[in-house]
Amino acid sequence: MTRLPITKTPKVYVGGAFIRSESGRTFPFKDARGAFVGHIPQCTRKDLRNAVEAAAKAGPGWARRTAYNRGQILYRLAEMIEARTGELAAALTPGQPKGVAAATREIGACVDRMIHYAGWADKYEQLLGSVNPVAAPYFNFTVTEPMGVVGILAPAEAPLLALLSLIAPAIVSGNTVVALASEPNPYPATVLGEVLATSDLPAGVVNLLTGFRKELIPTFATHAHLRALSGVTSAEETKALQIGAADSIKRLHLQPAESPIDWYDPRVQGLYPIRNLVEFKTTWHPVGA
Amino acid sequence: MPAAPAAKKSRRPSRPAPELIFGDLWEFDPAPETADPKLKPRYDLFIGGAFVAPAAGRYFDSINPANEQKLAEIAVADERDVDAAYAAARRAQPGWERLSGAERGKYLYRLARLLQDRAREFAVAETLDGGKPIKESRDFDVPMSAAHFFYHAGWADKLDYAFPGARSISAHGVVGQVIPWNFPLLMLAWKLAPALATGNTVVLKPAETTSITALKLAEILQEAELPPGVVNFVTGAGETGAAVVAHPAAAKIAFTGSTEVGRRIMRATAGTGKKLTLELGGKAANIVFDDAPLDQAVEGIVNGIFFNQGHVCCAGSRLLVQEGVADTVIAKLKQRIRVLRVGDPIDKNTDIGAINSREQLERIRRLVDAGVKEGATLHQPPCRLPAKGFYFQPSLFTDVQQSHRIAREEIFGPVLSILTFRTVDEAIEKANNTAYGLSAGVWTDKGSRILKMSTELKAGVVWANTYNKFDPASPFGGYKESGFGREGGRHGLADYVKLG
Repeated sequence: MTRLPITKTPKVYVGGAFIRSESGRTFPFKDARGAFVGHIPQCTRKDLRNAVEAAAKAGPGWARRTAYNRGQILYRLAEMIEARTGELAAALTPGQPKGVAAATREIGACVDRMIHYAGWADKYEQLLGSVNPVAAPYFNFTVTEPMGVVGILAPAEAPLLALLSLIAPAIVSGNTVVALASEPNPYPATVLGEVLATSDLPAGVVNLLTGFRKELIPTFATHAHLRALSGVTSAEETKALQIGAADSIKRLHLQPAESPIDWYDPRVQGLYPIRNLVEFKTTWHPVGA
Repeated sequence: MPAAPAAKKSRRPSRPAPELIFGDLWEFDPAPETADPKLKPRYDLFIGGAFVAPAAGRYFDSINPANEQKLAEIAVADERDVDAAYAAARRAQPGWERLSGAERGKYLYRLARLLQDRAREFAVAETLDGGKPIKESRDFDVPMSAAHFFYHAGWADKLDYAFPGARSISAHGVVGQVIPWNFPLLMLAWKLAPALATGNTVVLKPAETTSITALKLAEILQEAELPPGVVNFVTGAGETGAAVVAHPAAAKIAFTGSTEVGRRIMRATAGTGKKLTLELGGKAANIVFDDAPLDQAVEGIVNGIFFNQGHVCCAGSRLLVQEGVADTVIAKLKQRIRVLRVGDPIDKNTDIGAINSREQLERIRRLVDAGVKEGATLHQPPCRLPAKGFYFQPSLFTDVQQSHRIAREEIFGPVLSILTFRTVDEAIEKANNTAYGLSAGVWTDKGSRILKMSTELKAGVVWANTYNKFDPASPFGGYKESGFGREGGRHGLADYVKLG
């Protein structure tokens, strides 16, 4: 007699907990052959606000960690992804065993991307900060600080690699994030939550939502506690976000969905995605007895 | 510990230090700066390297806020003129960017030097046009403007060193810039210098009430033989600014001004793909701990709020004093502001000059009235203000609640709101309890506390045991609703390049 397998209920990862949408709404997710995979939470504006609250709560503690510690935690996250390559690859390609090779390549790229940013944790400051030679007796220096809570809008494609490529440069500097997963392919993000939960990443640093962009983008645009948005958006979404961002003078770093991005290209990573999501603070300290 | 012996007390009788009273005891002889500002009766637009009349032929009067007398007529640029300015900037841009960095730098060095040559003339013009005391325009605005050109000149051929790992560094193209009236020439230098060093060309709109030094600088651009079209000045009011922001040829908009207009610009540029940097309002906390050198702190507080009549986006307009020293600090402040000289800006002894415009004076009055109405206590020294012109006496508010408008809104005038705190945490909480985040001041003798406060304060610039210090090498700009982007230093340069 064959054993009936236990299927996993997809849940979103918010504030370190696995939750359904507060609204109780879900939408069915089907695999490539049209077979039912699971019910994906259809997160609401209220879920988004709750996630921002969780991220805001986690923010100061995460920002206070030493750079070395944040680097190690990002590295640990990479270790966890590597260890779960099979599971994540399967989540990328439900019902299409032939796609597993490509999916495994995506997971490998995710691991490499995390390692890249793990290494940046205690280095970007030396490149982005400065001591400034002012023409007066002051020790004047500029340091970076995280912006706070960053909203992330992942593109449709590369549902894990693009998502992580957007999250990593945000959290490496001490920001916390609320990320909306790929709309057409949200399932892998629900599995990614389990990976995050078993890494050493503190609860609330990364919060993952699934749902519909049309429903959530107005709140991403206007929520005053989201200090910055980073992601890939259509021209129409970009305009809506830019108009809404004016309310609280939000920082936006949006890439056009209309021009394809090769997420495997090492050129999408580096110092400047980190720079986009930090503030610069300059301190004047007198020099004297 | 046993109580300190009472004898210590008796050795120092508690008699207050004798107070030096100046007040009205003596009349000061006038000491006006007499250098010739060399103003023209009428200023046209500066487009494509030449002064050109506005398409509609309209002009407005620029007045001296110190006596309400007309200084010159300034052209009003409409959409046609703005279009012509962008066309000139567009034509000039590829050649300007192709020029080697070293050559671009040499033009900027020329501007710095020529401005230094005519420094006194520019200082007088700035004071007449804007109302700021001559000692400030002479010792701060003009030399600092020249310093900005000199500093950025040196960057022009070193961009490769500024952005490690960048595969390509290029200019945005044509940049539209809109600047405020509080530091007309200095804001212009902050905007022009980094834009030009990185190979952009510029269409800039000075503020309506303070266009003269920009147009005088146009003469220097001609003297420097800057290629025509690299810099274009269009003058006028809000509509001209809106046309500069809206023009499709602008690849980037840089704005300094109020948060309200900043919001409008964000909405106006939404969906256009234009890059944006905004330096907006502020409501800075100036925090005095009980171990601070109080006399020095009082000088810093006065400089923080009364510099340039308080028309400073980073003005230390919320004083937070630790309770134990609050009475002492307030007493010292009241005494100090009695000897501030308010009056003719062109007089070399004047501390507080004229309010920039009637409109601004009315705004200050409205907010001060609101402060009184909401229950704060107003303190103003006895002082005689000139009969003509726009003036406001230095003012302190005590009994201020955080909810009061005078503790929340940017007054942009010589008005200080004083609040108190007990602990470091309370100071941080109160200082950060604002939508703004441009600057902050910290006064304490303890170095570790300075660094702690600097870490916790949500502000782009933190001044420790000093206030209102600026330098071309020092990045300036805000957190939160005080805007984004930096001006000055390598950080400011970054906002004028596209990295590939």
